[in-house]
Amino acid sequence: MEGGKESQREGPILLMEGITKIYPTGLVANSNVTFEVREGEIHALVGENGAGKTTLMKVLFGLEKHDAGNIFVKGEQVNITSPRQAIGHGIGMVHQHFMLAPSLTVAENIVLGQEPRKGIWFDQKKAAETCIDLGKKYGLEVDPYAKIADVPVGVKQRVEILKALLRGSEILVLDEPTAVLTPQETVELFAALKALKEGGHTIIFISHKLAEVKEISDRVTVMRSGRVVGTRNTEEISIRDLSNMMVGRDVELELPRPKMSAEDRREVRLLVKDLKYVRDNKDVLKDINLQVKSGEIVGIAGIEGNGQAELVEILTGLCECHEGTIQICGEDATEKKPGEIRELGLSHIPQDRMTFGVAAEASVAENLISTRYNKPPISNGFLLNLKAIFATCLDLINKFEIKANDPKQPVNTLSGGNIQKVVVAREFSTDPEVIIANQPTRGIDIGASESIHKYLVNATENGAAVLLISADLSEVMGLSNRLLVMYEGRIVAHFPDAEAVTEEELGLYMLGVKHQEPDEIVASLMGEAG
Amino acid sequence: MKTDKRFEILRTGVAIGVALLIGFIVTCLVSEAPLKAFGYFLRGPFTTTRRFAAFLEAAIPLTFTGLAISLVFSAGQFNLGAEGQFFIGAVAATAAGIYLDLPPVIHTLVCLLAGIAAGAVAGFIPGILKAKWNASELVSSLMLNYVFLKLGMYLVTYHMRDQSVGALVSLPLKETSLLTQFIPNTRIHTGVFILLITVLFCYYYLFRTSQGYEVRMTGQNIEFARYSGIPVLSVILSVQVLAGAIAGLGGAVEMLGIYKRFQWLASPGYGFDGVIVATLAKNNPALVPVTALFLAYLRVGADVMAIYSDVSAEMVAIIQAVIILLVTAEAFLSGYRRRMLLREVKQSASAS
Repeated sequence: MEGGKESQREGPILLMEGITKIYPTGLVANSNVTFEVREGEIHALVGENGAGKTTLMKVLFGLEKHDAGNIFVKGEQVNITSPRQAIGHGIGMVHQHFMLAPSLTVAENIVLGQEPRKGIWFDQKKAAETCIDLGKKYGLEVDPYAKIADVPVGVKQRVEILKALLRGSEILVLDEPTAVLTPQETVELFAALKALKEGGHTIIFISHKLAEVKEISDRVTVMRSGRVVGTRNTEEISIRDLSNMMVGRDVELELPRPKMSAEDRREVRLLVKDLKYVRDNKDVLKDINLQVKSGEIVGIAGIEGNGQAELVEILTGLCECHEGTIQICGEDATEKKPGEIRELGLSHIPQDRMTFGVAAEASVAENLISTRYNKPPISNGFLLNLKAIFATCLDLINKFEIKANDPKQPVNTLSGGNIQKVVVAREFSTDPEVIIANQPTRGIDIGASESIHKYLVNATENGAAVLLISADLSEVMGLSNRLLVMYEGRIVAHFPDAEAVTEEELGLYMLGVKHQEPDEIVASLMGEAG
Repeated sequence: MKTDKRFEILRTGVAIGVALLIGFIVTCLVSEAPLKAFGYFLRGPFTTTRRFAAFLEAAIPLTFTGLAISLVFSAGQFNLGAEGQFFIGAVAATAAGIYLDLPPVIHTLVCLLAGIAAGAVAGFIPGILKAKWNASELVSSLMLNYVFLKLGMYLVTYHMRDQSVGALVSLPLKETSLLTQFIPNTRIHTGVFILLITVLFCYYYLFRTSQGYEVRMTGQNIEFARYSGIPVLSVILSVQVLAGAIAGLGGAVEMLGIYKRFQWLASPGYGFDGVIVATLAKNNPALVPVTALFLAYLRVGADVMAIYSDVSAEMVAIIQAVIILLVTAEAFLSGYRRRMLLREVKQSASAS
């Protein structure tokens, strides 16, 4: 724990030593973490979600106050309590969720806070020049006059990086930068990062995608449940060993896929026809046609914000204003409320589990029974049966391997992965006919993801129809039997055989570069219908 | 979990201690003989049978309104209409007590039902406004408090007034309608048993029935409730009607138990006190009687102090305010909790 920091004169550019961070909820996000980065390297910080990577970086950037430990930049102890101070020490951060003003231009965003002036006026031209120069210098070219709201995610990310560089960042922290990117954009990002490294910058790259870590980084530090497991040279460690370090045990890297022959998938459980949804005079969803049959997983790939969230809300009855028809198990569900739709046999794993999936302060048990609180054996219609609740919950906790000490403990005292398991246990244990799984493994650890994938496949093989929406390409490609791609509120491609699609091809459809003809899509969908 | 519960108890205890200390400091500032005055305040409710009875009597209406507020707060509805519901419930019971001719017991029951019905209607209005048009129940219930106060005063003044009496009071209620005061020399009445039943009902309703579960989940996270298929709008409406009924029942019980005629000239304020009671009880119906007794104790103590010393009864408002502030302030003593957690982490770190 006490490293010999004084002995090294040519020490690391950044040393975080003995960092402990406890959130007010009592969650220990970092426990005595020591993290060291050398000058001019790309250092990957990996770990499952909830391992404490983001917290550690928030501490470094002055967004969270640590409870114990010291930070040294270039050998000097520093006290960082705000992002401003962090920037002053040459630390820049590109967040998972971009912090940009959407109504301003690229150039305006980049110079924000240190605008060039002509007299008392903002110097638009100078700002654009700064932008172009900076872009050329680092190989991150952008159109300075484009509005942030109109540019794709990849460009927004570049703007964030340029913003940090303009402020003199020598240490650049990128929090899961590839999570929102298509494969093509990722390639470009990596090229830029390598150029930055050549230019003498130090990069901290947070990720849980190990293939990328292997490709881009020089060294890698692995975190697990708030602690550092170890730091290795990337060349000397295999992906398998890395993932074992992350999870603490052997993991299965290949995703299972439901193995049901096409002949067995006959019954259409979910049918959507000509769905349209207009908001603020914009077509959020248009011409959506799809069907999911029992025994298959249909994946929807696409960059987030292309209508997937709205589609799910409409299918589950949470959003009512739309045109078109929806059938669940042959019954019309178009005008129905969430409770009535559930009665038809639909289960829903929501994208945002803390808003929709659970009542955070309610107990594990209360969260597990929320869809059956008025049905036997939980209730006789009026009184709750506490014994039955307890028994049901213990059963679910065991069956779904939820790490909870007591069904009565508040659900927010569990880790993200276990909270998601609570959601999954509730949704899967009612023998659903149709499951809508929206980002079912977002933000949870590999171990929990693995089991959730397993449950999903099991449910499918037992006859459920699954619609899987995921921004994680490997997930949606690895689990689905059929694939759809959504772009700007439309279905732009249908692949009847998900195994035959490559990531690159999918990426082109996700970016809107390619699209299949609407007639072609409908024809192939109907062909599936047989 | 256990440490958390212990921490809550500790926090409430410290809050009360700090509040009493501040109350004492204020007493020192304004009083010639602060020790004596504060002594009256603390011992007041226990000095005579009468005062002790007054303390228990005061807790009855506070418990009713505290229960009503607990229910709506549990559903996340900030309906503060208990004030008006209590008042209009009392007026309705008065009307039934004056004008109906029924045998004993039945007459009482009918009066109580009148109070329940009036309170339920008063709760229904903000409920339906919220459920149908998403109107803030906080605003509508507060405004309606005035409506029901004025409506009640109008009914008493123009339709039930006893012209033969100099003061503004209603005609006497018929003997058959009144609740029996069963302990000599006190005004403690059989309404206590109605109260106990209501406490049990609220507790079981909230924690042992499917509907209570709907109410609690709606209050905890309304999006989650909707997603789960709970009909949140009807929950929002029905819980406000039920709470109104309970507050109205409280008004009726108070009327039939303590008084012979309607004689309030202004709203007695039990509805807003109910907010204090419910907040201290963390909206748990089982704890409501305890916190109601505590508040009644402070009130009676303050009255005694006002009679026997140079400190006015309003001092108790300061103590109340400090307690509420500290109990509801999430951050109060959170540093202490943090240090406890930090210590635990360090221990587990050195152990591993």
